[in-house]
Amino acid sequence: MKQSITVTVNGQSRSAEVEPRMLLVHLLRDVFRLTGAHVGCDTTSCGVCTVLVDGTPVKSCTMFGVQVDGRSVTTVEGLAANGAMHPIQEAFKEEHGLQCGFCTPAMMLVATALLEENPDPTEDDIRWAISGNLCRCTGYQNIVKSVQFCAEQMRQASAGAPS
Amino acid sequence: MFPSNFEYFAPTTLDEALGLLAEHGEEAKVLAGGQSLIPLMKLRFAAPAVVIDINRVAGLDHLEESKRGRGFLRIGALVRNATLERSDLLADRYPTMATAAPLISDPIVRNQGTLVGSLCHADPQGDFGSVMLALDGEVVVKSTAGERRIPIKRFLDGPFTSTIRPDELAVEARVPSPEGRFSGTYLKLERKVGDFATVGVAVFVSTERGKVTRAGIGLTGVGATNIKATEAEAALVGNRLTDATIDEASRLAAAAADPRTDVRGSADYKRDVVRVYVARGLQELSGARAA
Repeated sequence: MKQSITVTVNGQSRSAEVEPRMLLVHLLRDVFRLTGAHVGCDTTSCGVCTVLVDGTPVKSCTMFGVQVDGRSVTTVEGLAANGAMHPIQEAFKEEHGLQCGFCTPAMMLVATALLEENPDPTEDDIRWAISGNLCRCTGYQNIVKSVQFCAEQMRQASAGAPS
Repeated sequence: MFPSNFEYFAPTTLDEALGLLAEHGEEAKVLAGGQSLIPLMKLRFAAPAVVIDINRVAGLDHLEESKRGRGFLRIGALVRNATLERSDLLADRYPTMATAAPLISDPIVRNQGTLVGSLCHADPQGDFGSVMLALDGEVVVKSTAGERRIPIKRFLDGPFTSTIRPDELAVEARVPSPEGRFSGTYLKLERKVGDFATVGVAVFVSTERGKVTRAGIGLTGVGATNIKATEAEAALVGNRLTDATIDEASRLAAAAADPRTDVRGSADYKRDVVRVYVARGLQELSGARAA
């Protein structure tokens, strides 16, 4: 039997009628048409389906859509605001943090959650944060550089911001 | 991969959850972190007719020390592994558990997964089963009929089998508070982050005037359940941690292991890793606070 749910997706309230067995990643991709959350391994291993639920990274292939009823979900589509790229997107562009792009949405979301908790991460902190996300191009070096670049830019921006 | 269809309940109180389990227990599964259950349902190894999601139940997310009796640590059923990983209380007082927490799967899985759920899943490759065995923990289970406290050794019954009844909900894990000088650690051999343990070893000792008063050794991934190396523990109690006693205990722990040859290594290799890791863990403890 389908259940009615209401979710705040990228700041907008969205409602749907879903079977309880529908996974969050399919709710996002097939119902809400947000295809930035990818399906990779589908076995909770690769992390390319990662989205933020109430700000925390979760593998959306390992959560049911009904579980986010009343909660807030952020996908890669929610990073840019008012036509401007998010600093993490700028950083991935600047430091060539992507090759094929398949793991990129998840990498950027995990990075934003890390920087929210820890604005000045060490390289080890960054490698820890992305250790649940696979990059089949093995481009980890530039992903780490991108996150470092983003952290630096965000620290400079907040230091220069009027208090 | 799509799980079989099921009826979904998301109770908000413990009474409501226990009522649902009393009604649907035999055909129901409890959903907490879901990081083991949902993969099993997607593979259709599990196809429950009813899923009872306890994530909205109030009062299950406590992580605190109780001073009752000799004191114990209480870990509620909704305490996430990420919380354990960041806990100062665990780092100060429960080093075996604090060391194990960051080695469970990967950071994203730890944001959801729970210790209590992992114990109920009873995977012999689960890391927390060994930690609980080393620390002589217990699981508190509730039903509409009342409450039971089950020592972890009796709780873990076989591969993916625990002694919890279908109408019961595991609400909390408990670990006795350490006394005297104590130290503990968890060593895990894994091929990469997120893989199951090839071998895992949990060790704990408390000492008084240099002699071991309590010893705990739990083994991961080398038997049909997590294994408590009781003979190795007994060999340490009353003695100092010396090269000779550590050697004897690690030999006895390896003898208690019952590993199988698989893609992660041969049985002989895993048994020897148990010996090396128990020795390495105890050496580390003898140089730490317990010395």
